[in-house]
Amino acid sequence: MAEIGILHYLIVAALLFILGVIGVLTRRNVVIVLMSIELILNAVNLNLVAFSRMWGLHGQVFSIFVITDAAAEAAVGLGILIAFFRNKETVNVDEVDLMKW
Amino acid sequence: MFFLEHIWLIPLFPACGAAVMFFFGRKLQKQSVSAVCVLAVLLTFVMALGALLEYPSYAKANPDKLGYETTLYTWLGSDSGLPNYLTHDGKPAALRADAGFLFDPLSGIWLLFVTGVGTLIHIYSTGYMAHEGGYYRFFGYLNLFMFSMLTLILANNYALMFVGWEGVGLCSFLLIGFYFQRKSAGDAANKAFITNRIGDAGFILGLLTIAWLFGSIQFTKVTEIARSGQFVIGDHWITIATLMLFIGACGKSAQLPLYVWLPDAMEGPTPVSALIHAATMVTAGVYMVARSNALFVLAPTSMKTVAIVGALTAIFAASIGLVQNDIKRVLAYSTVSQLGYMFLALGVGAFAAGVFHVFTHAFFKALLFLGAGSVIHAMSGEQDMRNMGDLGGRIKATYRTMLIATLAIAGIFPFAGFFSKDEILWQTWSRENGAYRFLWYIGYATALMTAFYMFRLVYLTFHGRPRMSHDVEHHIHESPKSMTVPLMILAFCSIFAGFLGWPHSLWGSNRFEKFLEPVFAKGAHVLQVEGEGAQLAGGQHEQEHTSSSEYLLMIVSLGAAGLGWGLAYRSYHNADKGYTEPIAAAAQPVYNTLLNKYYVDEAYDYAFTGRRKVGPVRLGAMGLGEASSWFDANIIDGLVNGVGWITRTTSTLSKWWDKWIIDGVCINGPAILARGLSYAVKFLQFGLVQWYALVMSVGLIGLLAFQLNIINWFWIFAAAGFVVCMLYLLLRHFVWRRA
Repeated sequence: MAEIGILHYLIVAALLFILGVIGVLTRRNVVIVLMSIELILNAVNLNLVAFSRMWGLHGQVFSIFVITDAAAEAAVGLGILIAFFRNKETVNVDEVDLMKW
Repeated sequence: MFFLEHIWLIPLFPACGAAVMFFFGRKLQKQSVSAVCVLAVLLTFVMALGALLEYPSYAKANPDKLGYETTLYTWLGSDSGLPNYLTHDGKPAALRADAGFLFDPLSGIWLLFVTGVGTLIHIYSTGYMAHEGGYYRFFGYLNLFMFSMLTLILANNYALMFVGWEGVGLCSFLLIGFYFQRKSAGDAANKAFITNRIGDAGFILGLLTIAWLFGSIQFTKVTEIARSGQFVIGDHWITIATLMLFIGACGKSAQLPLYVWLPDAMEGPTPVSALIHAATMVTAGVYMVARSNALFVLAPTSMKTVAIVGALTAIFAASIGLVQNDIKRVLAYSTVSQLGYMFLALGVGAFAAGVFHVFTHAFFKALLFLGAGSVIHAMSGEQDMRNMGDLGGRIKATYRTMLIATLAIAGIFPFAGFFSKDEILWQTWSRENGAYRFLWYIGYATALMTAFYMFRLVYLTFHGRPRMSHDVEHHIHESPKSMTVPLMILAFCSIFAGFLGWPHSLWGSNRFEKFLEPVFAKGAHVLQVEGEGAQLAGGQHEQEHTSSSEYLLMIVSLGAAGLGWGLAYRSYHNADKGYTEPIAAAAQPVYNTLLNKYYVDEAYDYAFTGRRKVGPVRLGAMGLGEASSWFDANIIDGLVNGVGWITRTTSTLSKWWDKWIIDGVCINGPAILARGLSYAVKFLQFGLVQWYALVMSVGLIGLLAFQLNIINWFWIFAAAGFVVCMLYLLLRHFVWRRA
């Protein structure tokens, strides 16, 4: 068994990222879309943490920023979602087309 | 000089009475209504009498004055007297009318009999109207009438006179229409008012012409200028002015052709007929002409017109009066006829004789009307003489007083009418050397007719067999004292009023004429000069005005009166039911024509009112109305509709332009263009968030690949992913969504 190096982390992170992108692009439920966005962000976090093992603590600091940002984004997104659900009684993202031409 | 200085109070008393009636009359008892109104008129009578008694001493102290004149305030125009128009000769003048009063012998006499007769008729009315509704209204109108009439008489200028003139017209209208529940009364009131209005137009034109000629409308000034010789005799403008004034007089004094309203005015209560339509108001025209005598003597054409119209009216109305059956209508036509006499006198230049006849006529005609009222009262409202008869013994006071009045109007010596009528006939005969003698024959025939129809009235009413129904006969009763006492006073005046003008030829002094001399003397002088001029031109000898011809004429006219009396006696003294009319027996068509009043009302309906059509055409006022209506409906409305059509059409065009050119091409055109151009692009915008994200991702990947120069396999991989994702999203969005 070879020692776990930076490449392994990057591959896991890339897989996570792709999963997240596919989730964002394909899932209908806004909650799941938001969760997929979390996956993308966490893939980035994984990269940052992996790089910080080699080049210092900057990556970890940055990942904390990202987590904060993710929390804020989830709060705003879920707030919008609740407001939307009260009006339309749905959480399907493809029914959010009020501003279509 | 107390009364003379306070003559302005004379119109004020009845004005106050009228005001009290109009504001509080509804709440007052009948007794207080009578007290206020009778007292108001009685006070004016006292004032007028006092002023008349004081006047001679004033005239003696001021021989150069035309009369006592007093001004309360300037009513029209300004005190400054700045000129505001030009007279006919280009001189600047100020039109000004004062609330001023003129008291001279003429207005004094008029005041005396108007207030005197007015007082008696007020007293009479308290009895006659006792059981009528609208008691206070009646007395309010009567007092208002007295106010207007006194203003008319006392005014010192034509404008203020016109105020009174219109006021009496209004009161006449109100009182004719007093029983406004009856349509005939309302119609008669309208007829009187409208006919008078025609005359009033003449009055106004005359007034304005006088203002234009003389620069003043004050009687004293106009008279002074007219007598100063500034205008020649026969001046055209003076002729026009006087003719215009005479048209006014024709309306108010019921002369041909404007007399038609007076017989219909009998729809009013009988005291009104006595006061307004016999004794006072209808003499306003005579008063106005007498007042303007200085102008009339300058216009021989006008004088002739006045005389001829007067004479024709006299015989015309008298002939209608011969056959009328309504007791009041006989008296109405008699009034018209007697007014004609007065104008005849004025026209021949015998102003004093005309005024004298007005004076005596006021008493006996008022008496006749009041007597007729008493008869109607006794007959429970019956006015048709065919249903009367034999009342003489049952209502003795009425009978005796009416008989006196009849003797007076017929001109039997020595009753009042004899003196005045004889004076008129004598003056007509002798004036201007007999130039008017042809009118004397008319006047003489009228005198005959007058005696006939008056004694016909007396015989049909008071003699013969009773022809009324049993119920009415049972109710016959003499009127109360309040009605009979005025009758007796008037009867007294009808006997003795004529003595004031006892002629010189009968060893009298003719004090009446002497009293009026200052008013008319100078005018008479002008006429005399004029007559002499004509005489010289015609080469005639002066005819002697001997008393012998005057005696002869007296006897001849007495003979006419006696003949009329005799004819009436023979035909009617035994009248029973179905009695024969002598005129009908002699000539039925003549009788029918007279009974229908010469069909004048019908002719007026054809010519002037337009109530009857001439063939298919409607003339007169209604014809004019129809023509105006046609003009309005077709021309005016056509124009309006045309303008409307034009507006509509242009607005339709404008709308089309706006819709298709402005909105269509200019506004919507660019919009359509923009929409068309953007049509293809807008389909990229599904409203599907994930689609946007996908395009964004692919674009990002594409950019990355381009940067890294690893297009080949990566592009294929990305494009395949893109297509798969796109298909998935589109299918999900458009197809699976329903499921």
